[in-house]
Amino acid sequence: MPIEVEIITGRTIDQGKTVEEKLTEEYFKAVSYCELNEEDFRSLGLKEGDRVKIKTEFGEVVVFAKVGSVPKGVVFIPIGPYANQITSDDTDGTGMPLFKGVKGVVERTEENVKSIKEILGVE
Amino acid sequence: MENVVCTFCGSVCDDGVFEDGDVRKLCALGKSKFSKKERIKAPMIDGKEVSYEEAIEKAAEILVEAKRPLLYGWASTVNEAIRLGVLIAEKVGGIYDQCASVCHAPGTLALIEEGVPGGTLGSVKNRADVVIFWGANPVEAHPRHPTRYSVMAKGLLIKDRKNRKVVVIDVRETKTAKLADIFVQIKPGYDYAIISALRAIVKGEKIEADEVGGVPVEKLYELAELMMNAKYGVIFYGLGVTQSRGRDRNVENAIKLVQQLNRKTRWVIWPMRGHYNVVGAGEVPAWEVGYQFAIDFSRGYPRFSPAEFTAVEALVRRDCDAALIIASDPAAHFPRKAVEHLKKIPVIQIDPHPNLTTLLSNVVIPSAIAGLEAEGSVYRMDGIVLRVKKLVETEYWSDVQILEKMYEEVVKKVG
Ligand code: SF4
Repeated sequence: MPIEVEIITGRTIDQGKTVEEKLTEEYFKAVSYCELNEEDFRSLGLKEGDRVKIKTEFGEVVVFAKVGSVPKGVVFIPIGPYANQITSDDTDGTGMPLFKGVKGVVERTEENVKSIKEILGVE
Repeated sequence: MENVVCTFCGSVCDDGVFEDGDVRKLCALGKSKFSKKERIKAPMIDGKEVSYEEAIEKAAEILVEAKRPLLYGWASTVNEAIRLGVLIAEKVGGIYDQCASVCHAPGTLALIEEGVPGGTLGSVKNRADVVIFWGANPVEAHPRHPTRYSVMAKGLLIKDRKNRKVVVIDVRETKTAKLADIFVQIKPGYDYAIISALRAIVKGEKIEADEVGGVPVEKLYELAELMMNAKYGVIFYGLGVTQSRGRDRNVENAIKLVQQLNRKTRWVIWPMRGHYNVVGAGEVPAWEVGYQFAIDFSRGYPRFSPAEFTAVEALVRRDCDAALIIASDPAAHFPRKAVEHLKKIPVIQIDPHPNLTTLLSNVVIPSAIAGLEAEGSVYRMDGIVLRVKKLVETEYWSDVQILEKMYEEVVKKVG
């Protein structure tokens, strides 16, 4: 069963360390996952290494799922191309997209996580 | 070489030691900045290697032929390069915008309304007895900020960690939250409401609710008390405040809270700026043409309008027909719909490293890494100007060299 969540994005050390090496496996690993609350993780029937599909009004994306220190109902994704498949492009006249706090749904999926080039649509 | 300046994050640490191609004293992010990585090998037009001159001439042609090119990035290069970028944008009648528009520009909008009671990192280190990180996670984004300035730093009046109260306000229990004396966990999107509640308490009003934004009111009273009793307090706010519901209004409200506190004691508020020279990317156009970002020159004079001339708006509304991207990677960091338009228009990239934008670019111009292979001046997050050094020789042209030549070519074409 999919659950409703609020999605927030942000920096992490691993994202920062690899940000100038975006075409590497390390960067892929640093940005292609999300963190869920332990309870949400369990209620979705997930184990470490499983994948989830996150959908918002702006798009959808498949990422790896991990347990993280986020409250129930909140999903964290490191900033980058995966997060940006589902962030809001509406800036409310400020120029700033809503990178934090977009509502969406998360469900367990068997679909694969796309490569960065597939996400960008150049392969 | 000693006193090497780090060109990664906005803390711009100036105490690195560089020896035999290795850097010491910096954090993991700083070390990664100076480590060997894949580079863009040579200038390219449509995937074919060419000379610098040919690539730059092609870039100038694209910019001059476009009706309204977008010139975007600038946060990871030196002031001297940014200045040339503003001049080129003006000559070609384009849009100048910079990374802050997806980062801390809402804070600039708030500053335009309210001004900003600010202070330098030095004053925080020496004086601040209460430090609040609001929606900011320096342990992962500015790793040495806590040790050098804000948490463990040994200052003139505040000599040690014991003399300082550290508060973290966030929706997640971040690594920074683990350093704090007090962690206040809030619901996403409730920053504005919580700031309003604190303002009411500081004013002496009563809160008629049990909780605000997931925080029990008793905790808010405690926090307000701590703030009023501080001798010198600082709010460092991060993208948790500027990128969530309320955006610029959140910052405006926080500035008003600080103004109120300043009737009783001394408080400052400051953004945790991300890239090492994102402040310069705003200050330089401000001293050249009066605005910090979202500047359009298509009428021959500068106009400022974030709703129209920020990169995301211009791309989502397909309002630009070519782009020059320098020292930045919008293909990775912009919402999907903005990237879709970037894929359809001619793109020129200037960057030391290949990234997602490289994969979309028609003209790619590799550049020297500022702070390692090229020198120049940059603004630290608190507006202090520092000179970054050239430590090693390189064959790559610096951003300044590339843009000087590009400006020359543009002038030749438009007069
Ligand atoms: S804190 Fe920032 S400026 Fe200092 S070493 Fe780390 S990345 Fe460089």
